[in-house]
Amino acid sequence: MARILSILVGLFFTVALAWSFGKGAYTQITEPAAPTAEAKFHLVPKEVHFASDGAFGKFDRQQLQRGFQVYKEVCSACHSLKHVAFRDLAQLGYSEAEVKAIAAGFTVPGTDPNTGEANTRPGTPTDYFPSPFANDIAARAANNNAVPPDLSLITKARHEGPAYVYSLLTGYTEQPTALVKEFPDAKTPNGLHYNPYFANLNLAMPAPLTSEGQVSYGDGTKATVDQMAQDVSAFLIWTAEPKLEKRKQTGWTVLGFLLFATILGYMSYRNIWAGKKH
Amino acid sequence: MSFPWAKQYTPSHPFMKWMDEKLPVPRLIYNAVGSGYEVPRNLNYFWNFGFLAGLCLVLQIVTGIVMAMHYAANTGVAFDTIEMTVRDVNWGWLFRYAHANGASAFFVVIYIHIFRGFYYGSYKAPREMVWLLGVVIFLLMMATAFMGYVLPWGQMSFWGAKVITGLFSAIPLVGEPLQQWLLGGFAPDNAALNRFFSLHYLLPFVILGVVILHIWALHIPGSSNPTGVEVKSESDTVPFYPYYIAKDGWAIGVFAILFAAAVFFFPNALGHPDNYIPANPMSTPAHIVPEWYFWPFYAILRSFTQDFFFIPAKLMGVLAMFGAILVWFFLPWLDKSPVRSGSYRPMYKKFFWFGLIPAMAVLFYCGGAPAVEPYVMISQIAAFYYFAHFLIVLPVVSAIEKPLPLPYSITEAVLGKDEGAELAPAA
Amino acid sequence: MAEEDGVRRRDFINIAAVSAAGVAGVGVVIPLVSQMSASADVLAASSSEVDISAIKPGQAIKAVFRKQPVFVRNLTPKEIAEANAVPLSSLRDPQTLQERTKEGKENWLITMGVCTHLGCVPLGAGEGENRGEFGGYFCPCHGSVYDTAARIRKGPAPKNLEVPEYEFTSDTVVKIG
Repeated sequence: MARILSILVGLFFTVALAWSFGKGAYTQITEPAAPTAEAKFHLVPKEVHFASDGAFGKFDRQQLQRGFQVYKEVCSACHSLKHVAFRDLAQLGYSEAEVKAIAAGFTVPGTDPNTGEANTRPGTPTDYFPSPFANDIAARAANNNAVPPDLSLITKARHEGPAYVYSLLTGYTEQPTALVKEFPDAKTPNGLHYNPYFANLNLAMPAPLTSEGQVSYGDGTKATVDQMAQDVSAFLIWTAEPKLEKRKQTGWTVLGFLLFATILGYMSYRNIWAGKKH
Repeated sequence: MSFPWAKQYTPSHPFMKWMDEKLPVPRLIYNAVGSGYEVPRNLNYFWNFGFLAGLCLVLQIVTGIVMAMHYAANTGVAFDTIEMTVRDVNWGWLFRYAHANGASAFFVVIYIHIFRGFYYGSYKAPREMVWLLGVVIFLLMMATAFMGYVLPWGQMSFWGAKVITGLFSAIPLVGEPLQQWLLGGFAPDNAALNRFFSLHYLLPFVILGVVILHIWALHIPGSSNPTGVEVKSESDTVPFYPYYIAKDGWAIGVFAILFAAAVFFFPNALGHPDNYIPANPMSTPAHIVPEWYFWPFYAILRSFTQDFFFIPAKLMGVLAMFGAILVWFFLPWLDKSPVRSGSYRPMYKKFFWFGLIPAMAVLFYCGGAPAVEPYVMISQIAAFYYFAHFLIVLPVVSAIEKPLPLPYSITEAVLGKDEGAELAPAA
Repeated sequence: MAEEDGVRRRDFINIAAVSAAGVAGVGVVIPLVSQMSASADVLAASSSEVDISAIKPGQAIKAVFRKQPVFVRNLTPKEIAEANAVPLSSLRDPQTLQERTKEGKENWLITMGVCTHLGCVPLGAGEGENRGEFGGYFCPCHGSVYDTAARIRKGPAPKNLEVPEYEFTSDTVVKIG
């Protein structure tokens, strides 16, 4: 009786699945899904390597400082970095005085101590990077109805984040004529910009890094677009994962110890079971 | 129960004697995981996963308590408090990654533990209660993991909460009020986040309680073993301490190495990038997926794309998804074969290795893939087999299969002969 | 003999394995304990700048430093004289007013507003508050009385009110911390 009941329940689910499968297959044959411009023209991020890659990777602090300069002079006009405090910049190799000077160069929201009214003041090391817009509505209004995302975590918030950021920054091109020919509806709308590394191919941000020497590096590195894109990507790896070096270093110590302890554990296990067939 | 030859706890130190009279915790430990618990000598490494699962529970509770010390369940700051934990709290990054990857580790271990049970027939009499409690633990784990994933209040947290509570809206009549009740609102917000945090903190201790029952129920008949033949004599068993403590001990080492590799070198590999974007109720990510351990059931949910007679596709999917787990409760009565171990069941073994395992693998893969063809059709085939396996194949196979001859005892299986066998009447 | 050596070697391995597990346990405890101490953002809590231009002699204000009150008090000449008149030997925590203020700014008494007994905020900084029988501060929780140099004179508190690190960045601005 239980057996018949169970077979009946089994049939209920399997027949329902077969029905779904059949109808799905029929639709698939009669109305095959139309190809989309995204499926055909979207590109996976380019190959790019950073000093922090790999199990032994460490930050190249010189590069992080350059990347920070790119963020400060280019990206920060629209993108916030709200999880990073100025004091964190000491990790890039800046001295305490330099951190203070950098912080003071930013204007952060404050309160007038006498009237209690909102005002602004120069930043201090404990402040976080200020947002360029008062809120999302202001950001939307100023940026063609798109909110520039916060960049603190951007390299962890996208698949292959660092390579994605680098590819996006260096990936702006004219929309391929083949695309427009095949998908006339997918023509880049006014005010958007074509970039094959962006999920739906068109984004509101115009190419931010456009010319060599847009930023003048203090360490003499030539500021090509490619160099700036790499540097700012490296900087954003750091903002997303400031503990990356400590994590990997601790990891090796822990793994080394565990390997030693496990070998001891295995030997002890063999000892205890010696002579006991199992 | 313990076997008649099990060692008896005999405290010698006066303090231990005094303790044994007042609160016999040492005796309990001795009989549960000490020299007093006799275990079949022939357990293979699949039997280590129960112990490892217990370790994972402790790991999750400890790291979770730490995370809760720095977390605030408020939609305005939840995301930021976790970032602050990772960036500013001493070792905060370690606890965060250990807790997030710990959930995955727990599920890896528990899936192996469950499939060990499937293959070796661990659910059969006299261990039905052990099995039932195990399924309860699995369901509680799923609920706990789901609510934990909501807490960071990232995009996947928010949309996960919305979609999973949306499952309940499929129930006729009461569905929508039920979803509203679960969320305490029309969409996930502060009310939902707070209750999820509260329950996420509570449920692990409920799990701990059920785990104790699970072990208690196990210790009545004692552990099963790869032959599926019950323990007959003293030569079939070894005491848990030191034999299995040593074996579990070094297995913990291997587990810890793999776990540390994930935490320290690939901490975000199993997470989804979208959960590093703060929740935005106005925009759904392009491709939403639950955490990997829900993928098989998510694939089943998505396999039901058509209304079936008067049952809407949505309800059908939800019924099937819950049914896919609830069917495990009936396993001891669906599989009537008197032989436990798959090793002695030629037909069942084929269905296990060439049916259930590939179907599960496909469901895992398709559940994580986008909901487009061919993934939906492939998962429909796998889901078809999944239900057929438990509800049709198992009952039929157990009726018609001719099992292989079983060894007389564990001792015979291990040593090739058992003196006791010669005295026993021919089977 | 060889048999016995074998046994000893086996025991040694088992003991080593258990010890390694013990070391691992200690290793786990370190981060577990450490995570509860002040986090980087708390430790970085900045110094506070206080504008003292509006504080008239005899008045005091409460500023905030590390989430705790700081009393900034402009002592009157009479209060200074009272403080200096007390013989050091009669004090529980002997300190002169000079040691507790900056040179040339002896009228500016800047102390933490945290009673050294059990941490309540003493009265006396606010307008019209009870300053206790020595004219300084009075802690209502357990009756500690401080004098005009914020030194403990009576009651259970063991020490004078703590003087935080501070400096005058100008004649009217004090930077605490």
